Amino acid sequence: MSVEIKMATLEPVRHTFTQIAKRFGDKPASRYQEATYDIQAVTNFHYKPSWDPQHNLNDASRTAIQMADWYVLKDPRQFYYATYVASRARMQDNAENNYSFFEKRQLAERLSDEVKNKLIRLLVPLRHVEHTANLNNIYGVSVGFGTALTQALVYEGMDRLGIAQYLSRIGLILDGNTGTALEQAKQAWMEDSTWQRMRALCEELLVQKDWFEVLIAQDLVMDTLTADLYYRQFDCWLADQQAHDVTMLLEFMQEWQKDRDRWLDSTLKLVASESDSNRQQLLQWANHWSGKVAEALAPIAMELIDGDALSRSMDALATRLNKLGIK
Amino acid sequence: MAAKKLNMKDKYKMLTRDLDWEFSYQDRKEAFPYEEYEGIKITDWSKWEDPFRLTMDAYWKYQAEKEKKLYAIFDAFAQNNGHLNISDPRYVNALKVFLGGVTPVEYQAYQGFAHVGRQFGGVGARVACQMQSIDELRHVQTQIHAMSHYNKFFDGLHNWNGMQDKVWYMSVPTSFFHDARSSGPFEFLLAISFSFEYVLTNLLFVPFMSGAAYNGDMATVTFGFSSQSDEARHMTLGLEVIKFLLEQHEDNVPIVQKWVDKWFWRGTRVLGIVSMMMDYMLPNKVMSWREAWEIYFEQAGGALFKDLARYGIKPPKYVDIATAQMDHMSHQTWWNFYNFGEAAGFHTWIPSDKELDWLSEKYPQTFDKYYRPRWELAKKMEAEGKRFYSKGLPQLCNTCQVAMINTEVDDPTMLVYRSTEYKGEKYHFCSDGCHDIFVDEPEKFVQSWLPVHQILQGNCGGADLETVMREYYGMDVGVDNLDMKGSPDELRWKEWKSA
Repeated sequence: MSVEIKMATLEPVRHTFTQIAKRFGDKPASRYQEATYDIQAVTNFHYKPSWDPQHNLNDASRTAIQMADWYVLKDPRQFYYATYVASRARMQDNAENNYSFFEKRQLAERLSDEVKNKLIRLLVPLRHVEHTANLNNIYGVSVGFGTALTQALVYEGMDRLGIAQYLSRIGLILDGNTGTALEQAKQAWMEDSTWQRMRALCEELLVQKDWFEVLIAQDLVMDTLTADLYYRQFDCWLADQQAHDVTMLLEFMQEWQKDRDRWLDSTLKLVASESDSNRQQLLQWANHWSGKVAEALAPIAMELIDGDALSRSMDALATRLNKLGIK
Repeated sequence: MAAKKLNMKDKYKMLTRDLDWEFSYQDRKEAFPYEEYEGIKITDWSKWEDPFRLTMDAYWKYQAEKEKKLYAIFDAFAQNNGHLNISDPRYVNALKVFLGGVTPVEYQAYQGFAHVGRQFGGVGARVACQMQSIDELRHVQTQIHAMSHYNKFFDGLHNWNGMQDKVWYMSVPTSFFHDARSSGPFEFLLAISFSFEYVLTNLLFVPFMSGAAYNGDMATVTFGFSSQSDEARHMTLGLEVIKFLLEQHEDNVPIVQKWVDKWFWRGTRVLGIVSMMMDYMLPNKVMSWREAWEIYFEQAGGALFKDLARYGIKPPKYVDIATAQMDHMSHQTWWNFYNFGEAAGFHTWIPSDKELDWLSEKYPQTFDKYYRPRWELAKKMEAEGKRFYSKGLPQLCNTCQVAMINTEVDDPTMLVYRSTEYKGEKYHFCSDGCHDIFVDEPEKFVQSWLPVHQILQGNCGGADLETVMREYYGMDVGVDNLDMKGSPDELRWKEWKSA
């Protein structure tokens, strides 16, 4: 048996907006398409920006990367605002359960001093790196080109703020909300020799001008290496130390990394395959920044895991670059 | 050990404000290079009071709940042909103006807040601006999705994004936001967060949403309700901005005053289109534009400027002139579009007799004396089969880009013509306010891309206006434009309703 509700059907005059129909034909469009394609204005800018009079307000020439059509960089996750926040709300719900569980059972008390110290000195300061990543991605939103890419960057920028806040919460869990762990971690960030090259690198990233170069340096090179180091190798190290519980606090970051990489890999593959000059430019940036990031991470990797940890992460980066066609 | 309970302020400070640090390896001014060139003095960013203390986990959760409810309504609206429940098909023309005029500037707000959200040296201000940036993207996208169903059944909505940077009247909101975005970061924030969001939101955004509520537009009004809490956050940011700037240094006061004057005036010129929407385009009226101005500007704004007086801030220059013009603005604006209805991307019409009476009642000082006779004449001509359209396009003000339709306060039959010469060229303005803005920043405003000039100079393709409209603007000529009477919109509506 089936129930059939009778409804008057009205024939629509058109199925979607003109700009969408031009790309995909006049047929029902997805919400992602209508919310993304050709939204950003392209012409007749009235006044040159007082802060950058060499360019127009929206200007594709602010990077060395060239695309015939920036809208080929579609997001395989099909994130527009509603689907983005829905995804993150689900992830935060999970994270909230993990953090509450950890706090309620007072699992921090079961950690050895060695593990605790390592978390405070070597994990919590990463929140400042995440803060840098927040600024670097928002930079791409402000001067980048095409809604397809810039909306993915604003989602990532806000994600990085969220991760910085989760890392801060780990500090607060460890110090019973007194803030002493955060202070210690900040002191390590500001003064400890282990962190100084990384801090110098973060400061250097914040003065770069080409927004796509910043994207490569931050989201590709820096993130591949730190993710491998922290969310794979350090995760194993924690397990070896009988400190699996901490893994619960890192699950958000691990899940996030996978989700983000799906978009980033797709985007970079398309950019690299667009032209030889793009590919070479990406390669040059990747080489330049992988040297710098490796140098910055070396002392951290040594203390966090061991003397070989960084080279394992570098292998992961090489594999990834190869897969992306950045060679 | 039991964990200490943190209050909101301390928690936010630890989770967010402490993320930044003093630089040792690079000059901080290189990383945040735009803070000084406007002359604003920031002595201590730590004095910034976070207008709302929302961490990302809470943001994702609240916003996702709001989106879930909103999209459930959009789905139901589309599934049940919700457009059939609107008061009258004329109403959809307000949506055409909204999607074409407001949605693109929401996008510019998304870009502008990302810019200041990267460039401010203070982490509290940056994060607040970043959150507004992503909120603005939300508004762009939810507006598109709210109107997507209307686009399937009505004309004139289909090419909103292709028209934003080209069409002669769209350059009013577009240039307003280009002006703000091309300014320094503090002027942008004063212009958008304070003048636009705090002082004018109730006169700009809210009338459209109230109009939707009064006219059976479930999709748009639900969007309006859903974005209310975002707007409230944006307004508190606007208030914090001005207080912060004024408290940081006394040298900021004259700069802020100049911006308050400029952006108030620029804002009132943008409101022309809202005034005509409220008084003429809504079949079910919410209140008159004059009444809205009294409640939301004279009363609310008056209280605000009383509060700001202790910092030495005066009410905006020319506020008396703006207020006097509010008795005329909607009538002049709608009359202008009625006249140039051949070149507009939405339909125009003569108000019904009942609506004319309503206008007479709401504007006792001006309507019968100056405007009703015009409509009576138009009615007579229409009845004789002679609905007239002015040929060509009107001259535009070089600053606000509104057509030169504004009249003198002491003589509403006289158009205001102000002009100035700069480097041997003559520039025309609709008002003293717009004249002063130009004279203060001539190098900026000589760059104005005036759509009518551009057509005449042959920069918009096409030998005649119709070709420009069809090919450059992407309008469906003969369908999107002209009178409501006899339009495909009207014919389809009658068909649906008679079925």
